[in-house]
Amino acid sequence: MDILATALPALGDAWALILQPVVLGYLVLGVVMGLAVGVFPGLGGIAGLSLLLPFMFGMEPVLGLALMIGMVAVVPTSDTFASVLMGIPGSSASQATVLDGFPLAKRGQAARALAAAFSSSLFGGLVGALFLTIFILVARPIVLAFGLPEMLMITILGLSMVAVLAGRVALKGLAAAGLGLMIGTIGEADAGGSLRMATYDIPYLTDGLKLVIVGLGIFAVPEIVSLLRQDRSIAKDAKLGAGWGAGVRDWFANKWLSVRCSLIGVLVGIIPGLGGSVVDWIAYGHSVQTTKDKSNFGKGEIRGVIGPESSNNAKEGGGLVPTLLFGIPGSGSMAIFIGAIALLGSGDIEVGPSMLRDNLDITYSIVWLLALANVVGTLLCIAASGGIARLTTIRFTYLAPFLFMLISFAAFQSGQNFEDLLALFVIGLIGIFLRRFDWSRPAFLIGFVLSNPVEKFSNQAFQIASFRFRKSFEEGMDYVFSPIVIVLIIVTVVSVVLGLRQAKSIMAEGDVQSGSKRAPLVFLLVISAYLVTALINAWLIPNFNLTDKIVPLVVGGIALTCCLIMLVQMMLRPETDVIFADKEVSGEDADAPYGLWSTLAWFAALIGLTFVVGFILALVGFMTAFLRVRAGASWQKTAILTAAGVALMCVMAGALNRDFPPGLLQDAVDLPWPLN
Amino acid sequence: MTIRTLASTVAAAALVAATAASAEVDFSGETIEWVIPFSETGGSAKWANFFAPLLSEELPGNPTVVVKFMPGAGSTKGANWFQEQEHEDGTLMFGTSGSTQFPYLLGDPRVRYEYSDWVPVMASGTGGVAYLNAEDGKKFDGSANNLKDIDFIYGSQGATRLDLVPLLAWQMLGMNVEPVFGIKGRGDGRLMFERGEATIDYQTSSAYLGAAKDLVDAGTAVPMMTWGALDDDGNIVRDPTFPDIPTFKEVCEATEGCETSGEAWDAWKAFFIAGFPVQKIAFLPAGTPDDVRETYEAAFDAVRNRDDFAEIAAKRVGKYPVFVGEGAARATKEGTTVSADAKAFVTNWLQEAYGVSLN
Repeated sequence: MDILATALPALGDAWALILQPVVLGYLVLGVVMGLAVGVFPGLGGIAGLSLLLPFMFGMEPVLGLALMIGMVAVVPTSDTFASVLMGIPGSSASQATVLDGFPLAKRGQAARALAAAFSSSLFGGLVGALFLTIFILVARPIVLAFGLPEMLMITILGLSMVAVLAGRVALKGLAAAGLGLMIGTIGEADAGGSLRMATYDIPYLTDGLKLVIVGLGIFAVPEIVSLLRQDRSIAKDAKLGAGWGAGVRDWFANKWLSVRCSLIGVLVGIIPGLGGSVVDWIAYGHSVQTTKDKSNFGKGEIRGVIGPESSNNAKEGGGLVPTLLFGIPGSGSMAIFIGAIALLGSGDIEVGPSMLRDNLDITYSIVWLLALANVVGTLLCIAASGGIARLTTIRFTYLAPFLFMLISFAAFQSGQNFEDLLALFVIGLIGIFLRRFDWSRPAFLIGFVLSNPVEKFSNQAFQIASFRFRKSFEEGMDYVFSPIVIVLIIVTVVSVVLGLRQAKSIMAEGDVQSGSKRAPLVFLLVISAYLVTALINAWLIPNFNLTDKIVPLVVGGIALTCCLIMLVQMMLRPETDVIFADKEVSGEDADAPYGLWSTLAWFAALIGLTFVVGFILALVGFMTAFLRVRAGASWQKTAILTAAGVALMCVMAGALNRDFPPGLLQDAVDLPWPLN
Repeated sequence: MTIRTLASTVAAAALVAATAASAEVDFSGETIEWVIPFSETGGSAKWANFFAPLLSEELPGNPTVVVKFMPGAGSTKGANWFQEQEHEDGTLMFGTSGSTQFPYLLGDPRVRYEYSDWVPVMASGTGGVAYLNAEDGKKFDGSANNLKDIDFIYGSQGATRLDLVPLLAWQMLGMNVEPVFGIKGRGDGRLMFERGEATIDYQTSSAYLGAAKDLVDAGTAVPMMTWGALDDDGNIVRDPTFPDIPTFKEVCEATEGCETSGEAWDAWKAFFIAGFPVQKIAFLPAGTPDDVRETYEAAFDAVRNRDDFAEIAAKRVGKYPVFVGEGAARATKEGTTVSADAKAFVTNWLQEAYGVSLN
């Protein structure tokens, strides 16, 4: 009762603060700005919040909070547009959405998928806020109960989703995940600073690859290239099927799935250090496991959209707990949020342990502003989804240059290096071949995303565990096998067993035919060669930096073993076996009027031109040439579209104060913005 | 002559002249870019975002001051980039932190920048407090004599980062502190301490006041020592923010086997100065003419002389001393030079204790 006695008045105060017209006005303003930023893949909340920072100084706290929260809250909602309509994962929150959302768009059901996603987001946001209102009061000890072994187990639970998404050949899925993990270890190790598959001569590699680039490369580039080769619209035959009403009904029919996934979202979001990277995969895995007929997953199953989308907005609410209670940001945007709160008003609100004691009303305002922003943002998005879905009926050749432009810009924003574009191209190439030979791309991405947490938590947990064991055996066992760990182990084992049984029916890449032996074999050999190189590279790290080499050695060893077993299988089995799956044998890609390399060359040309004359000039040349030559557009149409594309980039970058990749020309001559 | 005296005397004198000379520099309608070689989420971002709007108010013509982020390679990427910039129109500024200074001091192979080429206009610092868990804290009597048989665990960002200062201090005290590397920020270290996984921790002044103090009040943490502050003669004295907590120097003096002279002490002190009292510096690019430099110095001086500066700074970035003009130049020099002996000692210690080699 004690808790209620303090909570209820604070909750009342919070609502009194929120429900002022001027506060709601700022909230809507923030939401609209967030939507504008969020539809651009790769920018997300960090860019938007940085834009707002200069205005926060001395601003009335509740107004500033409304503005910022409005912006942060809708980014995981609005990036659904890019992931469903174009197959571009805008942020880590929308990766799992791509798996079923984009196939739905291809079937002409984009509006339905969007509406279902938005309804789920809205609901997830509200469930999250409701849950937090009570939970935030008792959250502190629970958050502290999640030590390193617990976090490691959650990461492993996330990894175990590979079992569900491994595809028809489990070994291939496992190898893909292993490859993702290995690619994730590239760069300077967190623990000892050893370099893995990197050198100080190429500083770009020492930081490792960014999630945005890998996400775009693995999902977006292969889809764009494939659609472009087929020269069609995203929605087959340019027809739109079910409208947004159907999507809302879909959500209602699956409301309990939505409730469960929302709770998964809040709970995992609460744990600091994991952030959103595992939430949507766990939610996706849960959706698969609780669906009776699994045959549609990967081909456009609406439950595959509802699950992850319910969890990712709820996660934002959960992420508030470590942010507000401990002053430890759960994500990049939350880190800026903390910094911005210090600038508000007279700086009285201090995020951290004193937040609940001194500012419970503000805490509740933040929780419910987040929920309210979700409502406003979702309604705007649903209203827009019918119209925006028509994009999927446009001939793809007209969309492609804009998409190449967007993903290049997004990739560049992640590190502001020219190498970002090269990395996007190379990862894109890997993505294209993973897709072609039916290696699970989701498994690869899960591996990549969880690479750093797996390594960090296992090293740190091991170190502290051995320290405890030195004190006494019991203390060590208590630390490693806490009740939470045991529960998580059981959940993981059950999910792996169920997952492996189900994996065969989930074909993320559709039914891929097998054909000749040569191409799949060559790809396998190339992957194996990379793994061998990476293993040797890790082996050469001196032993006093064991923490930097142990994970690459173990993971690389497992992945290589999978590859070698597959090699033997390839030698023994006939060329019609599923292990030789190859999209170029038959199906949409094989029948496409354009070849892979000639299509990819356009993208390469954009990057090459950028290297020489900088991004904007390269864009003018690329779009003009592409629209004239590939799309066969008239000069007038070409000029209008090119101008529109360049103007869009300039307005966006100008407003957000972002730069474009410079080229050799810019090194030699000083040019005015945006040409510099 | 030390930083403090310079900050208060020479700089003030120079600034009188500066204000007069800078009348011609005008930034009306311009945008000043303040580049920070870290991500949007770190302490340097907080620092720059705090100063940017204040600076905008004080610069002639009230230009917009925007903070731009160029993270990469532990800030060496941004610093290498800044090294290639030359003065154009005075609208570019750069900010570094201890994490930029340490690789420079330790001879990290990625460093291609030279601090002495740049023009410092403002420098600020901080302090730090180390604390123990309640159980081991009981054995702390102002010396580390009773702490030598205990194995401590410390969540660390890496031995070549700012954590070098606490790790070396504990080692000098003869304490057995095992660092768990790979955490992302001191906040994560504090969380590890709160969970009971780490048993010793340190926070910078503002973070200590913001979060760790609550632990001390609740009895779950015991403050051990501050790194101290520098007085006018360059001596380490008690941190004015924490007058009741002894400094490392005092604890060292009280502890058997710990010396406050000799090569270990000199090395520790050199890196302490680079990491704490002169932690963050704002630079103009090489070749900046005096009138532009003086304009910036005057603006920063006006910022720190605002009536409410002490109050808003304490809440937002901590009670940092702010150096401008000559004081900033002097501070920069102190914070970016260590003797060859100190460098050799630390490089050798890093290699022996943690197997860290910087080649």
